[in-house]
Amino acid sequence: MAAQSTAAPRSRPGSARRPAASHRTRGPRRVWSFLPQYLAISPFFLVFLGFALVPVLFTLYLSFQRWDGIGDMHYVGLEQYRFLISDRTFWLALSNTLIIWVLATIPMLFIALVIAAMLNSTRRLTAFYRIAYFVPSVTSLVAIAIFFFAVFSSQFGLVNAALHAIGLPAVPWMSNPWTIKVVIALLMTWQWVGYNAIIYLAGLQAIPTELYEAARVDGAGPVQSFFRITIPLLRPIILFTVVVSTVTGLQSFTEPQVMFGSNASTNPNSGGPGQAGLTVMLYFYHQAFDNNDFGYGAAISWALFLVIMLIVAVNWRIVARTDR
Amino acid sequence: MRRRLRSRGLALHALLALGVVLCMFPFYWTIVMATNTTEDIYRYPPKLTFGSQLLVNVHKVLQNIDLFRAMLNSLLVACTATFLVLLVDSLAAFSFAKYRFPGRNLLFGLLIGMYLLPTQMALIPQFVLMVKLGWVGSLKPLVLPSLANAFGIFWMRQYIVGAVPDELIEAARLDGCGFLRQYWHVGLPAIRPGLAFLGIYTYVSVWNDYVWPLVVLVNPDRLTLQVALSQLNTTHNTDYSMVMAGAMIAVLPLVLVFLLFARNFIADATKGAVRG
Repeated sequence: MAAQSTAAPRSRPGSARRPAASHRTRGPRRVWSFLPQYLAISPFFLVFLGFALVPVLFTLYLSFQRWDGIGDMHYVGLEQYRFLISDRTFWLALSNTLIIWVLATIPMLFIALVIAAMLNSTRRLTAFYRIAYFVPSVTSLVAIAIFFFAVFSSQFGLVNAALHAIGLPAVPWMSNPWTIKVVIALLMTWQWVGYNAIIYLAGLQAIPTELYEAARVDGAGPVQSFFRITIPLLRPIILFTVVVSTVTGLQSFTEPQVMFGSNASTNPNSGGPGQAGLTVMLYFYHQAFDNNDFGYGAAISWALFLVIMLIVAVNWRIVARTDR
Repeated sequence: MRRRLRSRGLALHALLALGVVLCMFPFYWTIVMATNTTEDIYRYPPKLTFGSQLLVNVHKVLQNIDLFRAMLNSLLVACTATFLVLLVDSLAAFSFAKYRFPGRNLLFGLLIGMYLLPTQMALIPQFVLMVKLGWVGSLKPLVLPSLANAFGIFWMRQYIVGAVPDELIEAARLDGCGFLRQYWHVGLPAIRPGLAFLGIYTYVSVWNDYVWPLVVLVNPDRLTLQVALSQLNTTHNTDYSMVMAGAMIAVLPLVLVFLLFARNFIADATKGAVRG
């Protein structure tokens, strides 16, 4: 969903204020006196341990095994990773994922910034605009994927009907490898552009107007103040949106799964014509849950994790460096 | 000068309104498709207005999937998960925000680190675990993992630090209230708006969740709305009107409920990102 919003805590917990219940005792008795608090935080840590942390580590262990989920595990060393490197379908899925991510993220964040700047320069109807732009991000992705497939359908879709109406030839959207990616990227852009715009808007409103006035007095035009004031001050928020878009965009699964969702274990066209919509997560899902190849699935998910971390680190450096 | 400013304002609102139209168009067109026959939509030129076939299309949906059962399942899962998340997260966040117990900063740092862990990577072991527990096919697996919600605790903690006065907790403690009564009588009343945000956030994300339900819901009689809708699309994807009628039912209730709470929700949703 939308608001995966967080960042480092603003201050160390409770450092600013006097703690409410500061017991003066020391040592084990002090720990014991906080038993209710420990009990209060324990459900999260227990569930997290059982359903997230241990499973993620177990995934690493699995990636060195061959296992169909029923019989015995066989230790195979690095064989799954060796196979991965020579697996052309994996590389195809990875390049599909990266292309879709670039096609979606760059225009999306740019348009979001423009929308935020426009919203920031008016006082009328802003509550209405904010809600209208936010609604796509709470809409069911399954339904949206079905919708986009129907509208871009090659034969009778609405988009081709509109092209026909203005005298242009129909485009085979859902059978050309590039347009398939464009449609998926458009879908992601539609769903998240408003959400990102609202986040940028909140950041823009936090910039004191005196800065702009001072810049104007010093003879700076609107373009100059946009690049010299707005962008640098928004940098932490831009970084946040880039990281969230990267982590979610590179794990895209639902869009191609719903659009080309024929049961894919036997279908060589999983991910659509030419497998152009086959993302890494979708490939992982087929390997793990259609082919019951848990060892290989585990290797794929660790490979994807490493790619995501790599790209986040690169983004971090680029965004953190700009304008310094 | 004034006139120029005014026309600039008009151009601005025209552009913003165009954006709103693009955001809203899919909802309009979904309803158009759901209320007409497939033939009407897919002829040239297509029919662009609402039709009268909605009940026919919904009836066809119900012949293919048990839509209301699926909706009930989604409702049940989302409500249970939301209730549990609110309880668990607010209790934990209250402890983190207001009590200085040994190891607190370390545990909170750990929690933030956990937020960065991509839980998609845990899918295979989670599935294996559910098989071992005998939960595959039931709705139970959909509720429990959603409690591992580091974002919720992090967000609630930030909220509680500012929303609950330390003096009140201290006063309650001096009156002999234990931790639970301090939480119940001082904490909860002050954090209701925060709970509203986290509740909507959790409800929407559980309602729309797809990958995990797809993995564990192997029993065709027990599906959530998203999985049922996807199956309807896979098996009947040529009858667009019918599928879109299903999509409409899956989307509109949530969007309408969201609109009721939207104003405060959006303000809260952006806070976590902007405060930094």
